[in-house]
Amino acid sequence: MSEHKAHAGQHHGFAHPASVKSLLAVFFSLIFLTWLTVFQSTLDLGNAELIVSLFIATIKASLVILFFMHMLHDKPLNAIVFLSSFIFVALFLGFTLMDAHGYKDSYEFQNVDSAPVVAQTTE
Amino acid sequence: MTSHAHDSHDAGHGHGDHGHSPFLAHHFDDPEQQFDSGKLGIWLFLVTEVLFFSGMFCAYALYRSLHPEVFTFASQYLNETLGAFNTGVLLFSSLSMAWGVRCAQLRQRTGLVICLAITLGCAAMFLGVKAIEYTHKWDLGLLPAGEYVAQYLQEPHHAGISPWLYYLSAVPALCVVGFAAWYVMAVVKGEKRTAEVAGPMLVTALCYFLGVFVGIAFQNAEAAALAAEHGIEAHATDVHGSDSHSSDDHGHEGSADHEHDAASHEGTKLVSRIDAPVVPGEPTLAAVDQKGGAGIFFSIYYCMTGVHAVHILGGMAVLAWLLVRATKDHFNEEYFGPVDYVGLYWHLVDLIWIYLFPLLYLIK
Amino acid sequence: MSAVATEPTHSHYESNEADNFLINSKGFLSWALTLDHKRIGLMYLVGVMSAFFLAGCLALVLRTELMQPTGWFLTTQQYNQVFTLHGAIMVFLFIIPSVPAALGNFLVPVMLGAKDVAFPRLNLGSFYLWVAGAIFFLTAMLYTGLDTGWTFYTPYSTQTRGPVVAATMGVFILGFSSIFTGLNFIVTINTMRPPGMSWFKMPLFLWATYATSIIQVLATPVLGITVLLLAAERVFHIGIFDPQYNGDPVVFQHFFWFYSHPAVYIMILPGMGIISELMSVHCHKSIFGYRFIAYSSIAIALFGFLVWGHHMFTSGMAEVTTIVFSALTFTVSIPSAIKVFNWLATMYKGTVQLNTPMCYALSFIFLFTIGGLTGLWLGALSTDRHLHDTYFVVAHFHYVMVGGTLVGFLGGVFHWWPKMTGKMFNDFWGIVSCWFVFVGFNLTFLPQFVMGSRGMPRRYARYVEEFQDLHQMSTVGAYLLGLGLFVALGVLLQSLRSGKKAPPNPWGAATLEWQCASPPPYYNFQSPPTVNEPYDYTPLVYRDAERGWEYVQPTTPAPKTAHA
Repeated sequence: MSEHKAHAGQHHGFAHPASVKSLLAVFFSLIFLTWLTVFQSTLDLGNAELIVSLFIATIKASLVILFFMHMLHDKPLNAIVFLSSFIFVALFLGFTLMDAHGYKDSYEFQNVDSAPVVAQTTE
Repeated sequence: MTSHAHDSHDAGHGHGDHGHSPFLAHHFDDPEQQFDSGKLGIWLFLVTEVLFFSGMFCAYALYRSLHPEVFTFASQYLNETLGAFNTGVLLFSSLSMAWGVRCAQLRQRTGLVICLAITLGCAAMFLGVKAIEYTHKWDLGLLPAGEYVAQYLQEPHHAGISPWLYYLSAVPALCVVGFAAWYVMAVVKGEKRTAEVAGPMLVTALCYFLGVFVGIAFQNAEAAALAAEHGIEAHATDVHGSDSHSSDDHGHEGSADHEHDAASHEGTKLVSRIDAPVVPGEPTLAAVDQKGGAGIFFSIYYCMTGVHAVHILGGMAVLAWLLVRATKDHFNEEYFGPVDYVGLYWHLVDLIWIYLFPLLYLIK
Repeated sequence: MSAVATEPTHSHYESNEADNFLINSKGFLSWALTLDHKRIGLMYLVGVMSAFFLAGCLALVLRTELMQPTGWFLTTQQYNQVFTLHGAIMVFLFIIPSVPAALGNFLVPVMLGAKDVAFPRLNLGSFYLWVAGAIFFLTAMLYTGLDTGWTFYTPYSTQTRGPVVAATMGVFILGFSSIFTGLNFIVTINTMRPPGMSWFKMPLFLWATYATSIIQVLATPVLGITVLLLAAERVFHIGIFDPQYNGDPVVFQHFFWFYSHPAVYIMILPGMGIISELMSVHCHKSIFGYRFIAYSSIAIALFGFLVWGHHMFTSGMAEVTTIVFSALTFTVSIPSAIKVFNWLATMYKGTVQLNTPMCYALSFIFLFTIGGLTGLWLGALSTDRHLHDTYFVVAHFHYVMVGGTLVGFLGGVFHWWPKMTGKMFNDFWGIVSCWFVFVGFNLTFLPQFVMGSRGMPRRYARYVEEFQDLHQMSTVGAYLLGLGLFVALGVLLQSLRSGKKAPPNPWGAATLEWQCASPPPYYNFQSPPTVNEPYDYTPLVYRDAERGWEYVQPTTPAPKTAHA
């Protein structure tokens, strides 16, 4: 890879320029995956739809993180720092959702009165 | 653990011999320590961004898991063509940003300027499309819970321009004028470096309007398709009327009236997507098409995309700062940190959109 | 920066007077635009002390009002506004920035032997964010009077006529100030440790600051989005927290406490770090269980994220969640107890010097232990049903926040005062202030435990007569506490005017900040200082001439002295 060449050359060790080829490859895979996720939304996947679309989004996110954000060549500490944030997000969402689903039967989803307004008035 | 690497490195050369980098701060030993510090700093900043957005993702997950029918119903009002287009625009801006980092590392000054200009342009285009989406929804009354007045709406998409768009576009329009004047002055005076900044900024401001026009075109196409589908005598001609890109033709009132006409034409028929057969046991349309139902979806939609758009604006500000510095040839293989850090931030903004797009636009 | 670009030219140990960071450049702008972490730390110190003074006066107003069961001079609405102001200013403007931003800014780079924090401009920026947030917050609240309590619970905060939006924006700005401080410290500690200082040769104050910074970076953004959504709720009625539009107020509490419970550890952890330093230095004995104290700081920071639900046991949470949160709450007591035991073990057979910092440190241990243990009552589901929202809770968190953080902060200020200002304070009056604070504090809050367990609800402006004696006791205690704080302030100010000149190392401490002059020169150290064991006191020798200690390289045989 070009990184090694750069390292050996006059570069100062810590610059790792990504190769144009890898950047373009990542970009086109991202575009393809976008198309794929739009396409899967036209299929009737039922409950699996959310999982599939999140799965595709996560692949896209991983591509961006690994290549565009150079995590592949970054210090492990930076990767740990960034990825650990998702543990805390999971904690936050996990507990809050668990709780809200636990007490959801104790209150009702009610109809909120709206004045019968014509659709187009916004002010 | 990180420090050991440069500790040993540092032992080799003392304090005096790194005066060659004009951007090395006094409290760092060498450019690499400075770069590593900045890099860890920006990753930590991204951590705070992730947790900042997590609040809204939490609200999303909560209301979607408790009331999936609301999300299925309300999502149809979002134009997924525009969403997909914007995703592509952001992905492309990410590509140009990553390429820009490469240029900075290889000391390719012109390449960096071009990459930053493309990134800025894409950001503006994204905002232009977003402006169309927002103003369109404001017109239809697809507003946050407390203001939601879109009940009994027949069609998810309408043709035409909202008067709100003129307000939103005022600032970009001023930018076009200002940057154009700046650019012309720079060219006349022969200040090449100033022109290298003013030119891309002018293009950026124009890209906003490019985004607006693309948005209008897609929106109208969608509306026309829907109209054709339902056998309503298409306002294709009207659509074309309001589509004509010179906004001078239409005053605010003109296009607003236009909207009202369009709505009144359609009578009481519900579009088939909305008019789903009533399944016993499932919530009725009235239960979801209300302030406390679809309204909450739009609250979450505006919060998420709005905060995201603010991040785009913030990103544009720092990109402009980078552009100025790039024209001054500040960046090289030893000092490219700022480009790299802004790049990381920009990719994170892209990353969040990668999730927002399927979560908001593609619910069936 | 141009104003302060003097290059010191001599050894770090005996630097000359003119390099002293307090006077090496002059004029208002040399302070207002300084990038020197020491000056920024001092500006923070003045800022948080002023906020503390203001909020402390409000506390006295509240206590005075409660002398009589039927109230004295405030309407109930005014009472609500005053306790909100007291709580909000104390939490957001004083306790959270007190130790990390004021003392931390001064100490972190010096303890590391570095010239500055990693991002000096960001550091100045976060100070001005604090100032901006404070101005925003105070004008908003003084203008019309916020009456939601510092917690902004919905639905009341979406309905009250108080300035909720402006106050939440103030909190948002203050949150960013806190985030940037934490970010700065994490990067500084990670990348700027000098050669030879491994993680386990760091002073424990740095471990505590590091743990605090982790919480600041991870939790504060959630507060940011919470107050932003709350403001949107008020302006646009987004219906996420507002039950009027099918929103869920319990979700607001989840959002709020996901930050605010870890924030409790933002408040107490740096205090614990200070005590770890003080215990070892003033007992002149190596800290007991260094690694356990270090790890327990990180453990507290991480466990702190798992227990926020214990603030909401009576809010209508699901039963299973309350049980999980209650069980997790008990785990936090483990690392806290580890610290207390290690401090006590450090004192065992140490040469305990009962000077002002040590007296405050001993108060801390006593009061924090009471605060921590009463927390177990509140963490247990069954007793919490009874004690929730009573004065028992008020007493509990004041024992932790005042008895812990404030007392630790004062101990730290006294301990590092000679380093910061170059002046020695009057030790006798310092100890007197500590006694006043200790007695006054206990007199204020012990009766509140009794009242709370007998059912006196918190935040009430009026109460039944049977509580009058206890309330009056509490009020008298509050005035005594206030008096003690004034004495402490007087001692410090007096030292500025006529204190003796401080030697570089008056206490005989082995951490790096005592290796530079008092006050330190602009760049702290001209050449990187010798990194040594932070709690090894054998190489230190007492010099009668300068009334301080000197660090003698262990390679040269050090003459053993009997001084301790």
